[in-house]
Amino acid sequence: MADLRSNFLGIKSPNPFWLASAPPTDKKYNVERAFRAGWGGVVWKTLGEDPAVVNVNGPRYGAIHAGDRRLAGLNNIELITDRPLELNLREIAEVKKAWPDRALVVSLMVPCEERNWKSIIARVEETGADGLELNFGCPHGMSERGMGSAVGQVPEYIEMVARWCKEATRMPVIVKLTPNITDIRYPARAAKKGGADAVSLINTINSIVAVDLDSFAPVPTIDGKGSHGGYCGPAVKPIALNMVGEIARDPETYGLPISGIGGIETWRDAAEYIALGCGTVQVCTAVMTYGFKIVEEMIDGMKKYMDSHGFSTIEDFRGLAVKNISDWKYLNLNYIAKAKIDQDLCIKCGRCHIACEDTSHQAITHMVDGVRHFEVKDEECVGCNLCVNVCPVDGCITMQPMAPGSVDPRTGKVVSPQYANWTTHPNNPSAVAAE
Amino acid sequence: MPDISAGRLAADDYGKNFSDVHPPLGAHEAVVESDRCYFCFDAPCTNACPTSIDIPLFIRKIGTGNVEGAAETIFASNILGGMCARVCPTETLCEEACVRNVAEEKPVRIGLLQRHATDRYLESHSTYGIRAPATGRKVAVVGAGPAGLACAHELALKGHDVTIVEARGKAGGLNEFGIAAYKATDGFAQREVDFVLGIGGITIEAGKALGRDYSLADLRAKYDAVFLGLGLQAVNALGVEGEETAGVVDAVRWIEDLRQSPDKSTIEVGSRVVVIGGGMTAVDAAVQAKKLGADEVTIAYRRGPAEMGASRYEQELAQVNGVRILHWVAPRQVVSEGNAVAAVDFERTALDASGRLTGTGRTLRLAADQVMKAIGQTFVSGPVETVALDGGRIAVDEEMRTSLAKVWAGGDCVRGGEDLTVQAVDHGKRAALSIHAALSA
Repeated sequence: MADLRSNFLGIKSPNPFWLASAPPTDKKYNVERAFRAGWGGVVWKTLGEDPAVVNVNGPRYGAIHAGDRRLAGLNNIELITDRPLELNLREIAEVKKAWPDRALVVSLMVPCEERNWKSIIARVEETGADGLELNFGCPHGMSERGMGSAVGQVPEYIEMVARWCKEATRMPVIVKLTPNITDIRYPARAAKKGGADAVSLINTINSIVAVDLDSFAPVPTIDGKGSHGGYCGPAVKPIALNMVGEIARDPETYGLPISGIGGIETWRDAAEYIALGCGTVQVCTAVMTYGFKIVEEMIDGMKKYMDSHGFSTIEDFRGLAVKNISDWKYLNLNYIAKAKIDQDLCIKCGRCHIACEDTSHQAITHMVDGVRHFEVKDEECVGCNLCVNVCPVDGCITMQPMAPGSVDPRTGKVVSPQYANWTTHPNNPSAVAAE
Repeated sequence: MPDISAGRLAADDYGKNFSDVHPPLGAHEAVVESDRCYFCFDAPCTNACPTSIDIPLFIRKIGTGNVEGAAETIFASNILGGMCARVCPTETLCEEACVRNVAEEKPVRIGLLQRHATDRYLESHSTYGIRAPATGRKVAVVGAGPAGLACAHELALKGHDVTIVEARGKAGGLNEFGIAAYKATDGFAQREVDFVLGIGGITIEAGKALGRDYSLADLRAKYDAVFLGLGLQAVNALGVEGEETAGVVDAVRWIEDLRQSPDKSTIEVGSRVVVIGGGMTAVDAAVQAKKLGADEVTIAYRRGPAEMGASRYEQELAQVNGVRILHWVAPRQVVSEGNAVAAVDFERTALDASGRLTGTGRTLRLAADQVMKAIGQTFVSGPVETVALDGGRIAVDEEMRTSLAKVWAGGDCVRGGEDLTVQAVDHGKRAALSIHAALSA
């Protein structure tokens, strides 16, 4: 049976599933409910200096929905904790004492001065918390005051603050990165240079989630106005996975521990982050949608997956996908695949046909001998995978590689067994001769 | 004495029993259901619809909150989309074709979504469409049933002036007189007639029958074109001894009386009712007999379930309502006691080696207080004079033209008519387009 126990920077937890610093971890009541439900750890909602911030008293969240109002993306304009520092610290100490086997990391955000950081760290130190997470991520509200993503967007600041913090504490320091930058590798490198023990990402993405078409104001709307907020939930997962992957394969940050965040709802999402090198994952939107109970599915699903693949700990598959992230130019141009429609599974909705016909390569029939029939024309199919993605039946359309030596009916050329990429392609003006 | 009486139920039960058989979807339900539509290419549901409603498009509009636009998509193809949403056997049309059946055996509930959109539209719109400038052309439409109404609306849209001549006292045809009461509640048929006529340019002359009050020749002389949407007038006879006995009623007439009666407790129904036939009319009669408080209702049909004119869904509706369906029995005699019906004798039937229906010699007697004949209707051709017939009904071509110049026909009175509102609408619309083309030539 798979062992899900996690040891991240020396912080132990019964499983790698943590709750991210956010409303679900704002106070003892919620955190204890989460621990009772089975969560391995929490990052306490970001603490700041007293007097505490204030939040808007109107709506804080907006959302986009997929079919059946499934919440696909959530946006928020809530700030860091609006409770007194003293109260949070007292509850953190109580919770840590009551739940010694769970990870309890404290998120922090204070003005960019050495004494501010060192002073709050000294107070967190007394709670017995396991680690610190520096919030350089929140893109809304606090960034207007020179905190959050305003720090995370300047690598020099990240390095500087990380260094102050490391000097001031016995605890491991995790730097939480903002995705609102052009190249995630720079802030990650800065965190490492500053001595951070790990990075966590992504924080939320700057967003206007919707515009109210009657009041003509952004959603959520406060008295007729709206402000950009932080976007999260399933819709951001692809962006987060890429950023995690970039850091995992960057030679300068290779091996830097990562806590993965962004749109994780199921064991499968979590496993993907771990395959990209993450030692723990953090969840927020999914519990804000379904409650803490989802961790039961994550624990069981992850164990079943690991058992079926012969992995006894998460270290056995952590990072296995990193080596397979490649620059485009190194992809094998001699690999040729064709879509194949399983006629037994096909329900004849025709979405593959119209997608291919209207927007791609006219490679799928809709009528054969007067009968409604959807079949790939190999002589037109470029193997783009669009049909696979628009098909409503999982597994009905698959991409099948052509065997080397066979002839691609589209080009009339024999499929080569040799690997060949763009760097050596004759159409590439900067091609180097293959050796 | 046979037990036939009115008022078998407590007063409250009539309202309950004759309320909507399929409650409409709420706004939330409609959006949830609309999410299930795959927006198929060359959609099989649309292809299965006799009026070719663009179903994926109207469902997509419901999903985006554009219910008004959804209804307009429906009415553009089928002006009686509201009634069709209630009475179409969707399980053998659009919903049977839905690709969701293949994977889940659970089609998108197209009929209920169509009803959702059209109901909302009728609440806030007095009609659909804007008339083209007047052409000065005049068209007579005989019969204010679904075919005639659809034809008249389309012609009015095109700018022609239409006169509908209707033998009965009011418009609606089978939608008003023939459909089971629980399928079109709250006076929907008349509201829909008003909606259709709201387009303007249509005059109704009620109470005037072709062949009695005027002739086809009169119409041809007076109008630029004539559309015949006559329906069927006569009820088939059982052709067995005792058919004229008191207590043997014509199901079509009985349904009509029930439908037209504002107080259902005045309608007489037997304690033990035997309905002979296998079509929609048989089911409508049997279910309503049960809903009026009959103790035992049996549909007796001479063939098996697959051959019944009533869809499988309708058969199940009957059974769920406590109606027994007896297959493979043919009536041989209505047995009377005194001057009233007491029972019906049946012979059990089977298919012979060559597949023909044959009697087996084995018999069965069903005690009955009331017998309802529902074995189909026939077209009475006298009034249409020299118009050519085919199989006892009016012969038409693809454009619904009859053999007589300036005369078109559609609905149940033409060859191939299937006793479907939606098909009648399609006939009426196609005839109107052909008439318009002819008048514009």
